[in-house]
Amino acid sequence: MSRLATNPLVQLTLWRVREFTREGEALFWVFAFPILLAFALGLAFKSRGPEVVRIAVEQGSGAVELVEALSSGERIEAVLLEPQEAYSRLRTGRVALVVKPGEPVVLQYDSTRSEGNSARMVIGDALQEAAGRRDVLEIRDVRVTEPGARYIDFLIPGLLGLNIMGTGMWGVGFGIVKSRTHKLLKRFLASPMRKSDFMLAFMLARLAFLGVEVAAVLAFGYFVFGVPVRGSILAIAAIVLLGAMTFSGLGLLTASRSKTIEGISGLLNVVMVPMWICSGVFFAYSHFPDAVQPFIRALPLTALNDALRMVLLDGAPLLATAGFLGVLALWGVGSFGLALGIFRWH
Amino acid sequence: MKRYGDVTAVAGIDLQVRRGECFGMLGPNGAGKTTTIEIIQGLLDPDAGTVEVLGLTWEGHESDLRQRLGSQLQETKLPEKLTVEETIRLFRSFYHRSKAVDDVLQTVQLEEKRRAWVAKLSGGQRQRLSVACALVSDPDILFLDEPTTGLDPQSRRQVWNVIGGFRESGGTVLITTHYMEEAERLCDRVAVIDHGQIIALGSPRELIRSLGADHVVEFALEDGVPVPDEALVGLPGVEHVAHDDGKTRLTASRVHQVVPALMRLLADRGASLSELTTHHATLEDVFLSLTGRRLRDE
Ligand SMILES: Nc1ncnc2c1ncn2[C@@H]1O[C@H](COP(=O)(O)OP(=O)(O)O)[C@@H](O)[C@H]1O
Ligand SMILES: [Mg+2]
Repeated sequence: MSRLATNPLVQLTLWRVREFTREGEALFWVFAFPILLAFALGLAFKSRGPEVVRIAVEQGSGAVELVEALSSGERIEAVLLEPQEAYSRLRTGRVALVVKPGEPVVLQYDSTRSEGNSARMVIGDALQEAAGRRDVLEIRDVRVTEPGARYIDFLIPGLLGLNIMGTGMWGVGFGIVKSRTHKLLKRFLASPMRKSDFMLAFMLARLAFLGVEVAAVLAFGYFVFGVPVRGSILAIAAIVLLGAMTFSGLGLLTASRSKTIEGISGLLNVVMVPMWICSGVFFAYSHFPDAVQPFIRALPLTALNDALRMVLLDGAPLLATAGFLGVLALWGVGSFGLALGIFRWH
Repeated sequence: MKRYGDVTAVAGIDLQVRRGECFGMLGPNGAGKTTTIEIIQGLLDPDAGTVEVLGLTWEGHESDLRQRLGSQLQETKLPEKLTVEETIRLFRSFYHRSKAVDDVLQTVQLEEKRRAWVAKLSGGQRQRLSVACALVSDPDILFLDEPTTGLDPQSRRQVWNVIGGFRESGGTVLITTHYMEEAERLCDRVAVIDHGQIIALGSPRELIRSLGADHVVEFALEDGVPVPDEALVGLPGVEHVAHDDGKTRLTASRVHQVVPALMRLLADRGASLSELTTHHATLEDVFLSLTGRRLRDE
């Protein structure tokens, strides 16, 4: 007890932990935010039957019959509208496609939106069938709803990675800059405190909540959406630990010279937003062109997300993720070392 | 010496603080006190000049020296969400040798507040906590940068008591202030600083004695004819005459003679007083006579 009470690393870490636990807002963002986000996204993409296609039919001769014919199945929801209203709904995305009856039938839709494209196919088929086309090949649908292959299964590991990045970088970055603007760093400098102790404390303090934070997201995914946890807990823990250390190190580096809260906020966004988009949190990064793939793979959040998905969804052993862990470790060690070198104490 | 762009914050200060004394740096805002005390503490690098503390230079002895110094900085805000006790424990952990938390709490009279968050402390209590963090290591030298600025008189006196206690146990104190009462009350020797230079150095008594007289008579006239300085200097006991926003200041040694003589002089000239005050000469008067300005802006 008394050894701990006089150990500077312990005391500095306790300081960081207390700052955090005594700040209600921070607790909310760390624990509630990823769960709310997962919940909202999980509901939005919950596997239902095939999407209902919402379309509008312009008023005109034969329009009423067309609506009836299209609405006969369960997949299409068609409404009869004045042309102006129909286009306004198309523009705002309330319908995916507008049908203009006549010879030929005109289909208007936005080909850059996936809803538009799928509506084009569904309506095309329905119109042809209504006009008497017979399929020459029989096709049967088998829908994938098995846990592990749905969008929510893809999403939960991504959100976990995102959260580890966010809490690490915001927590460390803000903590450092606040200490700097409050001249607390200068006061520490006037004492014989070891500089590396100070920085390590920021990283260690992250560990205090990491377990709870990760468990909250995983348990939520598991119990609410049945997202599987196939790999070993130990492998997950190791990846999460390394990820948390890496992003604390990046937070240290980002904050190593900032003098204001506004400055650090901007800088953190510049560092993190590209990873929000590119690192496969909400959608797979294979959508990006081949030329940029190597850069995306070199990002720490990409490595963390890939490692987490491998272990959580595929049940891969820790060793299989060694490449990703190597990328993470390089970022972590590199940024900690660089931060120690260029850190501004006042 | 220290420059910030065009501003020369410290233009060349040469001083020696003796072991066991309380040395004060007195000067108005922007005089260069903070810059000087932070250079001495090895927190800022001077552009030119050398510093020796406890016979050692900062180069190569930093960690040894830091173990032996206690510091309170002017602008530090201690973590708001720690309690008083936790804060002291944190700073205490940095030192090889340190006092018990309870002793420090008692020294600064914050025992009842030990479980209170720093955010909930009054200005005076925060300042005492700040001094407590400087005292935890039982330092050889205590550096204090404007420790009582902005405090009410009672809180100020409490801080003075803490410093007094440290002095009695043999510690050396280097303190900056822009309150002349503080310098007079606490310091064995004072350096009066203005525009980054020492403009006077000595014990408070010596400095006041350098005015040539130990009283100040200040008066203002009801828009009458101004009295020429020559007439005032001729009054018995008057050493020096100065004017300060509408008032006339006489530095004098024998108030009981000066005041009646002044009244007669004014009566003869048909002028009448709108204000008359007298006080013992202070370091404020020393500063005023050296620079023509007051220590504080108000
Ligand atoms: N970091 C800085 N950058 C630029 N100017 C500074 C800086 N610190 C102090 N100064 C300037 O140096 C002068 C002395 O400041 P300081 O030492 O803080 O005075 P004091 O403590 O006596 O009020 C002031 O004119 C101040 O504006
Ligand atoms: Mg100052």
